[in-house]
Parts: sequence; structure tokens; C-alpha cells
Amino acid sequence: MDLGNTLKVRFKVNEEPREVEVFPMARLLDVLREQLRLTGTKEGCGEGECGACTVLFNGEIVNSCLVPMAQVEGAEITTIEGVAKGNDLHAVQQAFIEHGGAQCGICTPGMVLAAVDLLSRNPNPTETDIRTGLAGNLCRCTGYMKIFESVVRACQK
Amino acid sequence: MRGSIPNYEIITPKSLAEALSLLVNEPQKWKPFAGGTDLMVMLEAGKLSHRNYLNLLPLQELRQIDVQEKHVTLGALTTYTDVQRNPVLVDEFPMLCQAASETGGLAIQNRGTIGGNIMNASPAADSPPALLAYDAELELSASRGVRWISYNGFHTGYKQMGIRDDELLTRIRLPRSAAPLVHYYRKVGTRKAQAISKVCFAGVLRVEGNAIEEVRIGLGSVAPVPLRCARTEDALRGQTISDDLIEEAIKEFSAEVSPIDDIRSTRNYRLRVAQNLLIDFLTPKSQ
Repeated sequence: MDLGNTLKVRFKVNEEPREVEVFPMARLLDVLREQLRLTGTKEGCGEGECGACTVLFNGEIVNSCLVPMAQVEGAEITTIEGVAKGNDLHAVQQAFIEHGGAQCGICTPGMVLAAVDLLSRNPNPTETDIRTGLAGNLCRCTGYMKIFESVVRACQK
Repeated sequence: MRGSIPNYEIITPKSLAEALSLLVNEPQKWKPFAGGTDLMVMLEAGKLSHRNYLNLLPLQELRQIDVQEKHVTLGALTTYTDVQRNPVLVDEFPMLCQAASETGGLAIQNRGTIGGNIMNASPAADSPPALLAYDAELELSASRGVRWISYNGFHTGYKQMGIRDDELLTRIRLPRSAAPLVHYYRKVGTRKAQAISKVCFAGVLRVEGNAIEEVRIGLGSVAPVPLRCARTEDALRGQTISDDLIEEAIKEFSAEVSPIDDIRSTRNYRLRVAQNLLIDFLTPKSQ
């Protein structure tokens, strides 16, 4: 087997500088979970359909299963672990707790990040904006209404 | 099963010139890698056969949208999100913006690029029908020089394109229309979000008096390539819209498309939907 060269990648995760040595095609998702032990980011489909692995990449949501580490040099990544500030939950997280936005929890980190991203761009979204903002995130428990309501409530805070 | 990660190489050229020189100096070794939203899916499926890639995403010079008097020019790395945020594109090329908004979810739109959508050459891609209907042109760059070609005819067969090994798709140019056009874009998939097309229809139309002055139709998922319906356009141009004309157009159109049965739909369903979209496109709407 022809083993390629590894690459040193320097980037920030939840505002902390990190450096990892990885194969350039290693998926950001695997590096977050396995090398950095940030297991809040989940793997669902592994092909960009379900949004379970959503993280913020330079402030925009991406599917971390579709990002090779060669593209992460210098990037600023926010995972679900970086959404709360210490013990202060983000309004979206608080709303998910108060309004039953989580069932099995696999889609929850991605849903929360998609909602955080939506509210940062658009603090007063319409119902359509919320549906569009969450359209790339699938919930295998199909608890969509509670998730949707949680985001609506988060906007009212 | 996922492809073996150590087997793949991705390097990041520091400039477009460096990328082009790698393409010419090591022929066929390197393939471009943009947003990765198609290639990484192939990797996951264990079907990514090529091993060596050039990471083009940091080349900011290919991510500009330039508005000139006669054209709007998009860098090949313009993302679907960039497209939707550009006011001139929203105003004058709404079908491209709609295609961008209906491709995957936001996380895909933030990463996927228009150039990648063209070069991935899926017949089911959503932006090519709009680009065909807008008569887009492509800039192909190589170390030895740059050439502009019409996008119409670029896809020559399933995943086959009129680009040389040492060339890179660098820009996409859209001619601005002086006259107002009717823009008609419909993507038909299994659900409204996050679905791959069964049929995608993009048409522009300009009727002056009673006659069709201008008509261009691009279609996705009904042929081995994103299809420009030249015969249908010829049958319509200069004519007055009537039931007879629509019937004549459907005949040409049905001979021009070649839908197939596959995992997403059937030949018959695709043909019927495409015909219905053509009828809807040609049926005057009360404004």
C-alpha cells in the first residue's frame, strides 16, 4: 500500500489553538471526535445528508464529515462543546431543555448549531426561515415539532 | 465502505499559477478539489478512485462575483451561499439563486461551489440547467493561456467534458439581459429540501407582441448530461404561443430528452413531469 504523507494542521477549536498531525484526507469529524476527544459532534450518515456532524467553520455551518483536514489549516471551528460559555447555556440550548427539543440526542448537537447559526444571522426568523435553517438536519426520532418549537422559543428570549 | 484515508493526497497550491503548473507538469496526476461535497461522499462510499487532489478552496481570487456592464462573472469557487447573497444575481439571475437554495441544506450550500457543480458533471445537478438557460460561458485556464467557451455543449457524454487535462475551470460568465425575461425554474424531487432531482427544468422566455423572441431551456436528470433543448427552442422561436404550438414543442421536446429508470425515478415519470413543466413554462401567467 502506498502510504501518503501526513500533514501538520494548525487551527482553532472553540477558540483554543490546536495542532494535529493527520492524513490530509482525514475527516474533520474524526479528528474532532477521536484525536481531540470532542465527542459531542456526532456521525450520522457520513455523506452530508443528515447534519448530525454539523460544526461552525469560520462562522458558517458545515458537515464535518465532508471536510478533509487539508482544508482546515487556519480555520476557526466551533463544536457543540463551544456553544455554552462556561455554565451559561446558549438561549437555543436552554430552549431545547425547556421545550423537549431532544429525544435520543444524536441529532441534537447539529440541530443546536444550525439554530445558533440561524439566529446569529437572523435574530427574528420567520417560521419558514426556521424550517429552511434546519432543513439540512434530520432527526431519526422524528421529533421535529418540539425542535421547531424550541427554536421559536429561543428567538423570544 | 469508506476509502482508505492514508491512500489519498491533497495538497494546497499557493496560487492559481502554481495549481496550473502542477496540472501541466504532472499530467493526469492531479484533480481539482473544491468544496468536497460530492468527492467526500464518493470517499465515504469507497468509490473515490482518483488519489491525488489539489485543494483549490483557499484561492480567493476564484471566489469573486464581478458585475460588469454586459456580464456577471462568477469565480468557479463561488459557493451556493455566495450566489444567494449577491443582489445582482438575485435580481437578474433568479434561477441560479433558486438552484443554489435548493441544493442540499445550508451546510452544503456554504461549502459546495458552482464550479464544482459543473465539473462533477452529474446529470442531476441543479445549477447546470439554470446556467444553460442563461447561456453561460466558461473560462478554462491553463499555464499556456486562457480560453472562453460556451457552456452549451461542454458536457459531451456522461461525466465527459470538453476540458483538457492541463486546464482548470476558473470562471463562469453570465450575459446580462437588457430586456426583461420570464424565468421559470422547477426542481422536482422526493421532498422539498435535501433531495436530489428527479427532473429539473430551467427556462427563460421573452415574448414581444405575440411572438416568442427569446427562449432557452436547460434540463437536468433527463439525459446523460445537463441538456440544452435546442430543437424545442427552434420549434418555439418566432412563433405565437397556442395549444398547437405547445403540442408541437412537446413532440420535439420528447424526442430530445432521454430519461432513464434509476433509483430515484422512472423513465415514464420523468418524461411526464418534464412535459408538464414545459407546458407550465409556456402557459402565460397572469401577473
